[in-house]
Amino acid sequence: MLIIDHLTLQLPYYADGYATWWKRRWATCLDAFSLTLSPGEVHAVVGASGAGKSLLAYAIMGLLPIPARLNGQLYYQGKPLDASRQRQLRGREMALIPQSLSALDPLVRTQRQVAWAAQRAGQPSAHAWRSSQQALDHYQLDTRAQQAYAHELSGGMARRVLTAMAHVSQAKLVIADEPSVGLDPLQRQRVLAALRELADQGKMVMLITHDLRHALPIADHVTIMRDGKRVETALATAFQGSGASLTSAYSQALWLALPDNAFATTTVSRREQETNVA
Amino acid sequence: MRLIAPIVKRLSRLGLVLICVALVSYGLMMASPINPVDAYLGPQMAQVSPEQRALIAQRWGFDQPPAVQFGHWLRQLVSGELGWSHVYNQPVSEVIGQRFQRSIVLLGSAWLLSALLGFSLGVVAGAKEGSKLDSIISTYAFITASTPAFWLAILAVLLFSVTLGWTPTCCAGPAGALNQEVTFATRLHHLLLPVTTLALLGIANITLHTRARMLELMRSEVATHAFAQGASRIDVAWRHGLRHASLPAVTLAFASLGELFGGSILIEQVFAYPGLGQATVAAGLRSDIPLLLGIALFTALFVSVGNMIADSLYAVIDPRIQPGEL
Repeated sequence: MLIIDHLTLQLPYYADGYATWWKRRWATCLDAFSLTLSPGEVHAVVGASGAGKSLLAYAIMGLLPIPARLNGQLYYQGKPLDASRQRQLRGREMALIPQSLSALDPLVRTQRQVAWAAQRAGQPSAHAWRSSQQALDHYQLDTRAQQAYAHELSGGMARRVLTAMAHVSQAKLVIADEPSVGLDPLQRQRVLAALRELADQGKMVMLITHDLRHALPIADHVTIMRDGKRVETALATAFQGSGASLTSAYSQALWLALPDNAFATTTVSRREQETNVA
Repeated sequence: MRLIAPIVKRLSRLGLVLICVALVSYGLMMASPINPVDAYLGPQMAQVSPEQRALIAQRWGFDQPPAVQFGHWLRQLVSGELGWSHVYNQPVSEVIGQRFQRSIVLLGSAWLLSALLGFSLGVVAGAKEGSKLDSIISTYAFITASTPAFWLAILAVLLFSVTLGWTPTCCAGPAGALNQEVTFATRLHHLLLPVTTLALLGIANITLHTRARMLELMRSEVATHAFAQGASRIDVAWRHGLRHASLPAVTLAFASLGELFGGSILIEQVFAYPGLGQATVAAGLRSDIPLLLGIALFTALFVSVGNMIADSLYAVIDPRIQPGEL
């Protein structure tokens, strides 16, 4: 169980210089954000670019840049998740599937990288080598792909390598950051099915995406995010028909804007959204 | 066949470079005010009549056009005949051979030391960015990067050889001793100070470039991903950093062979070390044209081979670089 309780994140920004000569300007990237993630579920976090989705992932993993102001509480398995516990659990209990394919080291062969991930999760090296092979086999990456370098892999293969690296650690919490970006439908299906499978094994899966359509088939819950705030958390089944069971105007508009639905463009002002949240 | 083609390509390119160097350096010699006959005669110049001088010039082919002279010299060169050095009274190839043997011990050990130490210091400083150790290493690198080699060499001689008397002040062996009599330990003793001075200065460049690459890596997505897997900074530096940082280090180490050659001219002069650098100075000051041309060609060959090795190593380190493309 992962509980995010009123998490507020502020990062300094320098675009207009300092507010006063001793005071930095702070941008609020997450605003009292709350979310509960239970074992066995895929929880999709959906929002536009800049909504703070990736920062949320980094905040949970404890990978934020140093001058960050973080308020609110994180609880993992009932105990507070502070910096030292994050350091302890990273790679062992919590795994991140990063957004960018450049997270793969271009100078290291695939299997070695997966084996390193296994070693970092605490497996002895001989065992790590074997389990890396198993993980790659599991995601249908053949011997050639296992011995290949990152630039020799297709986008879908590289994405599956990243998934295998999270899988091999046997983490109980998997955060996938935009795993379906830039993939053709077949590859996307494979990657998303792999995430569903992880949840079916009893793991917690947080699926971060900007594409509601791709998240719905595999998600149990969906949290819509806007400007660092939670707009609404709903069951994936609520996104149906005209979206009448959705409580906020923003998520309704988002749902109706999909090409498969009304393809309607209604503008939801920020003020209107706030009244809805309240 | 896939291996032979690039090698042939590279060797032919090397040959082309050498021909260009030969042409330019020969041209410079032709344009210089040095009269080879005067240089050859030296102090006996006054005792030789103009007719005899003309005879020598004619025997050496100076009455022919420059292109013919160059062709003649090139033909001799290809057959392995570099000419006669009047400064050392030996064939040029022998002078270069002997001198290079001594220089390569000095240059090679200084080069190896500076590459290895510079790389390790750079990796450590980059991995521990902002720490005390990093600021000590960086400060050292910045100071030595801006220190002239000859100045540091003079200071070293003054301190260690003159004041403290720990190391000899000159040469590759004790004065007056025959080459065969000098023991290995004595040779090392004589090498100690020049090697240390050259290495101390060579470290700085490699350290700074390695450190910069490490900083870049530690902030890259590769490192963030590794941290997300629970890796420590040391783990990231060891597994990812060494690979990534070795690319600029290799480039720099092999590209700096030329600089090292230049540095050795000054260092050998200060330490009176009888290597190739000292021979270059002697040849220049006493107008020994065959020796100067020979050294110019030899240096070009040496530096080009160094660059060729660096080019071949890229493909080994970074799989994205195809060996055939270079």
